[in-house]
Amino acid sequence: MANTQVNSYRTGPDEEGHFGIFGGRYVAETLMPLILEVEKTYNECKNDPTFKQEFHELLKEFVGRPNPLYFAKRMTEHLGGAKIYFKREELNHTGAHKINNCIGQILLARRMGKSRIIAETGAGQHGVATATVCALFGMPCVVYMGAKDIERQKPNVFRMKLLGAEVVPVTSGSESLKDSMNEALRDWVTNVEDTFYIIGTAAGPHPYPELVRDFQCVIGDEAREQILGKEGRLPDSLVACVGGGSNAIGLFHPFLDDDVDIYAVEAAGLGVDTDKHAASLSGGAPGVLHGNRTYLLMDEDGQINEAHSISAGLDYPGIGPEHSHLHDIGRVNYVPIDDTEALEAFQLCTRLEGIIPALESAHAIAYVMKLAPTLPEDHIMVMGLSGRGDKDIFTVATALGEDI
Amino acid sequence: MGTERIEKRFEALKAESHAGLVTFTTAGDPDYDKSLEILKGLPEAGADIIELGMPFSDPMADGPSIQEASIRALKNKMTLSKTLEMVRSFREGDVETPIILMGYYNPIYIYGVDRFLEDALEAGIDGLIIVDLPPEEDNELAVPAKNAGLAMIHLATPTTDKKRLGQILENGSGFLYYVTIAGITGTAKPDLTPVKEALDKFRTVSDIPMAVGFGIKSPEDAARFAEFADAVVVGSAIVDIIKNNLTQENVANSELEGRVLSFVKELALGVKSARK
Repeated sequence: MANTQVNSYRTGPDEEGHFGIFGGRYVAETLMPLILEVEKTYNECKNDPTFKQEFHELLKEFVGRPNPLYFAKRMTEHLGGAKIYFKREELNHTGAHKINNCIGQILLARRMGKSRIIAETGAGQHGVATATVCALFGMPCVVYMGAKDIERQKPNVFRMKLLGAEVVPVTSGSESLKDSMNEALRDWVTNVEDTFYIIGTAAGPHPYPELVRDFQCVIGDEAREQILGKEGRLPDSLVACVGGGSNAIGLFHPFLDDDVDIYAVEAAGLGVDTDKHAASLSGGAPGVLHGNRTYLLMDEDGQINEAHSISAGLDYPGIGPEHSHLHDIGRVNYVPIDDTEALEAFQLCTRLEGIIPALESAHAIAYVMKLAPTLPEDHIMVMGLSGRGDKDIFTVATALGEDI
Repeated sequence: MGTERIEKRFEALKAESHAGLVTFTTAGDPDYDKSLEILKGLPEAGADIIELGMPFSDPMADGPSIQEASIRALKNKMTLSKTLEMVRSFREGDVETPIILMGYYNPIYIYGVDRFLEDALEAGIDGLIIVDLPPEEDNELAVPAKNAGLAMIHLATPTTDKKRLGQILENGSGFLYYVTIAGITGTAKPDLTPVKEALDKFRTVSDIPMAVGFGIKSPEDAARFAEFADAVVVGSAIVDIIKNNLTQENVANSELEGRVLSFVKELALGVKSARK
């Protein structure tokens, strides 16, 4: 058995890749030998000091870690309750937490002797991060991106091209993130000999949810050390946004066994009672897609629905399997924030703190705005500020009715 | 009938010493009625086994032809229940031809595995090919299907070695579906030699019938593979004929059914003449 510590929320997944009933390996037979090889190599890397050293060296020198745990003084004063800290992932190279995972996975790909990288992307942040590490290591990179997303995220598309990646528009299905993932899986099946698939979130077939989480845990590990340094104690609560949920699981995981309240914020789009949202836990049910069992948005026949969120990065009808498990056992509270609330939070944070957050992260801020005023001044809250919002200014301008 | 009907068919093919033709169409493509008419015409046209696709919104292992067939069917409100109903109608006129459902796991999971197995057997379905259930997930469906008497047809691929084949065959039954290429349906054309070598190798391990499919598009291709395979699967090429006989609004023209079935006749002729 891999890890049998009792009374811990941090032991998953089991050997078959399950978190409770979630997770697993629901992929085409062609991919199975490769998936097993990824697992074997990752298990070697986990215990290899050379791999860890190389990973952390790149995080320090290339990504710019550790990033600050920043006391959001004006936001705290404005909301008049809990003391709010931001974990500043948006200060990473490439502007979001995505790069942490890409560094880890490309090192894994190199160790496996793979010579070509593929990825899917929604908002383009994971695509840019993947293209960046491919440039760093001189590897060819193909990024699948929905035709609809290419249209709404043009700056990131050009960034990827500048970095040397080939961006392939996906015109099948709903032309967004889930279809890009389908297309990346089709590429992988076809080029199984030489290609490594860098999945952008803590989802997909085992061991991806585990390894993406582990690479992202640098967020929570740093935050833990930093808050102990600043406050001499652990925080009372954590808040982060979830699409697939990699930044959230990275922040939460090191605190799961502590007395800390945890809130994960789903994108409620136009509202969870409408058919235009991306809140898989609040509005979905368990199903099987993209290699894992997890909560999904779907119809009564098991056909996957399109998700909707103002934030392209949360616009996915599923969620990582560990989140589904943490939801079912009640360890993490999953709460919805809609497009309007996220837009308000985007503007408030920009004006009060001088930080333009990603629309994804603005969902977390919106929940902090709800929660903080209800809490006492000695309540310490840490929020994951997962990305910067430069990429979103066009979307925000349109939503606010401004022509730029 | 289930597994038994498939076994009987392969015994008959063996006795006639030629390979079988497995045809693939998507249930509900382009619409329920046309799809059922095609289904009913397939045995006479020469299909020895019928593989019927269960439409799914996210067919990860399929190329453009079968993806679009799924979308056409779903647009016309095809569901898993209606697919079962279609097979029930087919069985009123044919109790000999095995029917295999092919698709992805989620619609079955949502329908409920036990209820599905019961309804599928009752409708006259004999086997299942579920692309996203490798042997690692056999407990989900393969084991309960086997216990219920339905064949769970497992896939082997160019990435399958002998050791893994043992694992694949453990709960697999009916026949083994050898995927001729590393890739998705209806795209790359497979080379003959590596496929033959793989089957020769697998036959030293198991005497289960072995069908080959992916990228086989013409009667000539089918004939080449039928020289050594126990059955040959043709899918995308048939689906393409459906697509090419639709109006812009995806309504079938009057030629559609006839053209599909005459192509199946040519395929059957190719397959059956291969070992003469």
